[in-house]
Amino acid sequence: MLTALTIHELSARFRSGEATPSQAVREYLERIAALDPKVKAYLTVVPETALGQAAAADARFRSKAPLGPLDGIPLAVKDVFCTRGVETTCGSKILKGFVPPYDATVITRLRSAGAVLLGKLNMDEFAMGSSTENSAFFTTRNPWDLSRVPGGSSGGSAAAVAADLAAATLGTDTGGSIRQPAAFSGTVGFKPTYGRVSRYGLIAFASSLDQVGPFAKDVADTALMLQTIAGHDPMDSTSATIPVPDYAQALRLDVKGLRVGIPAEYFIDGLDPEVEAAVRAAIATLEDLGAKTESVSLPHTEYGLAAYYVIAPAEASSNLARYDGVKYGLRVPGARDLIDMYSRTRGAGFGAEVKRRVMLGTYALSAGYYDAYYGQAQKVRTLVLRDFQEAFKRVDVIVAPTTPGVAFKMGEREDPLQMYLNDVFTIPVNLAGLPGLAIPAGFTQAGLPIGLQIIGKAFDEATLLRVAKAYEAATPWRSRKPELAA
Amino acid sequence: MSDNTYEAVIGLEVHAQLRTRTKMFCGCSTAFGAAPNSQTCPVCQGMPGTLPVINRRAIEFGIRTALAINCTVNADNRFARKHYYYPDMPKNYQISQYEEPLAEHGYLDIEVAGVARRIGIQRLHLEEDVGKLVHEGNLETAQSSQVDFNRAGVPLMEIVSMPDMRTSEEAAAYLKALRAIVVYLDVCDGNMEEGSLRCDANISLRRRGAKEYGTKVEIKNMNSFRNVQHALEYEIKRQARALDTGERIVQETRLWDPDKAHTVSMRSKEFAHDYRYFPEPDLPPLDLAPAWIDEVRATLAELPAAKRQRFMKDYALGAYDAEVLTQSRALADYFEAAAKGSANPKMVANWVLNEFLRVVPGDDQKAITLSPIKPENLKGLITLIEGGTISGTLAKSVFEDMFQSGEDASSIVARKGLTQVADAGALGAVVDRVLAEHAKVVEDYKAGKKAALGFLVGQVMKSTSGKASPSVVNALLIEKLPKV
Repeated sequence: MLTALTIHELSARFRSGEATPSQAVREYLERIAALDPKVKAYLTVVPETALGQAAAADARFRSKAPLGPLDGIPLAVKDVFCTRGVETTCGSKILKGFVPPYDATVITRLRSAGAVLLGKLNMDEFAMGSSTENSAFFTTRNPWDLSRVPGGSSGGSAAAVAADLAAATLGTDTGGSIRQPAAFSGTVGFKPTYGRVSRYGLIAFASSLDQVGPFAKDVADTALMLQTIAGHDPMDSTSATIPVPDYAQALRLDVKGLRVGIPAEYFIDGLDPEVEAAVRAAIATLEDLGAKTESVSLPHTEYGLAAYYVIAPAEASSNLARYDGVKYGLRVPGARDLIDMYSRTRGAGFGAEVKRRVMLGTYALSAGYYDAYYGQAQKVRTLVLRDFQEAFKRVDVIVAPTTPGVAFKMGEREDPLQMYLNDVFTIPVNLAGLPGLAIPAGFTQAGLPIGLQIIGKAFDEATLLRVAKAYEAATPWRSRKPELAA
Repeated sequence: MSDNTYEAVIGLEVHAQLRTRTKMFCGCSTAFGAAPNSQTCPVCQGMPGTLPVINRRAIEFGIRTALAINCTVNADNRFARKHYYYPDMPKNYQISQYEEPLAEHGYLDIEVAGVARRIGIQRLHLEEDVGKLVHEGNLETAQSSQVDFNRAGVPLMEIVSMPDMRTSEEAAAYLKALRAIVVYLDVCDGNMEEGSLRCDANISLRRRGAKEYGTKVEIKNMNSFRNVQHALEYEIKRQARALDTGERIVQETRLWDPDKAHTVSMRSKEFAHDYRYFPEPDLPPLDLAPAWIDEVRATLAELPAAKRQRFMKDYALGAYDAEVLTQSRALADYFEAAAKGSANPKMVANWVLNEFLRVVPGDDQKAITLSPIKPENLKGLITLIEGGTISGTLAKSVFEDMFQSGEDASSIVARKGLTQVADAGALGAVVDRVLAEHAKVVEDYKAGKKAALGFLVGQVMKSTSGKASPSVVNALLIEKLPKV
């Protein structure tokens, strides 16, 4: 089955002529047709254009002129990315029917690399959530247990990779939205440094925190995906001009002598004992591989969540102001006047969580409250960053749990605050703008995946990939797959 | 009336559209008058996922202006989002500058009725313009409205004065001086009717001698210097009347209605809009290289005040003439080109001010360069007058021909046979005939009525269809009259 293969395995078959991109795309489309009604990862599937792109890739391989390691590879992306000619909803009713006239920069880069786009993946509305339960359309299921959530907000992206419904996917991570679902679904998820990957065409949730990253079946594929999408984009003034290294090179290095920090603040009450045990075991594995571990302190960790829930909603309240019924997407008819049109459209178009955050953010930015909320949160953000900078004077990477627990049941977390606590270990990384990678680190007794988080210095994605690769090679987790039957 | 009881306190906010080729945050054209929404892209339409990229040229224009009005350029400055909902604004926030503007703390010197005043400039910042709503019919009865985003994202520069002006004349003088500067620097076309230059005023009254300010009123929709002056005069009277009768001034925005010559309340809400400003996260803070600022400073053009002084000195012009000629750089350049090497620059100035400005549609670059009368042609015309080839009277009609045809003066004079008859021999016969026909007038002259000479000159000019040289005719008459 071609769908079980990694990108590098699939690409090798294309090059040897054992398989063609069209065969791979057809297998994926068949698998999606058979299994996605259960998993519900996809919001949109585009079979015709996918087969068209695959045929073009076939021709390139026939003439021995493939574009590179992603040529002909069937991928899918979170519905947060603008795709020219393909409906882009961001998981919201307010953008139902919106067909962008342009491609996001990461989409352009994937297309230029020859990748085939299978479709668009489900997500929490406007990337606000940790379970896909906030999608305006449906909830994606965790392939390891269909009664559980796949995590969020990039839940569709995680589930698609875990269930072999795409070779790899793209998601976005604002407070953990790649790493948390990667941990819940037993996939590799990578949030690069803020500025490493262009945000142009990524529908903004919180501009100073959003970052694009891949989900993949293994670390080598993760490196291939990042290699393709990373680098400066003149259309995104916040994208960095720092050169992108050759990530494949990093995968060949071992971790002997590498200094690994263990933050005490990430091993707290409420951490699931099975998760803690798995993470401790992972640390022991890294030590066995020659890494030197030491304890580090990130004292402002506990304030990160509060700062995040001021900054992210504040930026969201601004970014989401444009959805007003005037230009695109939903407009509720029958309004008496302009204000009524705005109210009806936004009232009907946004879900409860989006409204909650727009209100939070509007309040936090209001005259008289700005300093006490937004201003204060920015100061906390600086302190969180300094914590990491201090720690990284002594260590090369930090390892920690990705989430306090494993995938929870659908409908189990109705209290928004309890839901927000899911992100307690992932949010500080976004606040500091650092790279963070989640990699499978075992399973609970009940068979649910556990994720190890590896945090690195700014723009040092290569070292994260190096550690992840060494750990992956030393552990059996990668070989386990969820049992799914049509 | 209580004109002397109160003192007006006036501050102006001027918005100048920058003459960059492309918009503030995307590559779309800024050209005026294109088909609706033909100059838009996902960025200036505020499509989901789009991001702004700063137009370097707009920053340069801002620095140039800031230096010309004596501001300190903040090397560290940044953009901020200003929020309010309106359909002409694609993102429902405007990218502007708030706490960290491009430049601050400047001043502009003006002169009103011979009195010099220094008006403080609080800040200069950059922002993006909004689109335009097109209503079917008028706003009240329209069944639908459409949005044209061509203007959305065009760079705007806002210059905020200190509340340093005390009369409407000072306000008008400040605005004129500021307009002259932005036009000079070639950063704005200065066209107030088309809205490239817009002015809002904040005005309050206080008892003469009082230290604290009164309640201020904002006035909008003043699209000419005259409107600014008239609106402020009206508002000073309105507020004075209100204060006299013990009425409270309401903090509000009022619209100037030029047809009815009054201001009307636009927003009666007393609370200020909460724009929820916060730093634009899509744009990193600017960090302007000091070398760049120095480079812009080094290439600053001569400013109107300096040019005015130079014109008075080098061309011996009066203050008023120098003032009008230097209002626009294009006009000043035109004058200098026409006056180059002239023995009589005052005469050139008169022709530019009285005749040239009468026929061109404006004093901006476009109006001046598109004029059919090139400066060298005006210079040629004046040379013909000075050389005695044509009279001043005849020159005016040649000027009209030049404006119609674009030809130079000597071609028109030659083609139409307008060369002034300066030959004493040829004119002698005409003079003799006129003297014979007007014996009564000759007697009056001899009897001491010197005014009679003028009549006789006129008669000779008439007989020669204006071609005769008045000075030659004069000389001939004086020579011949005693002999009659």
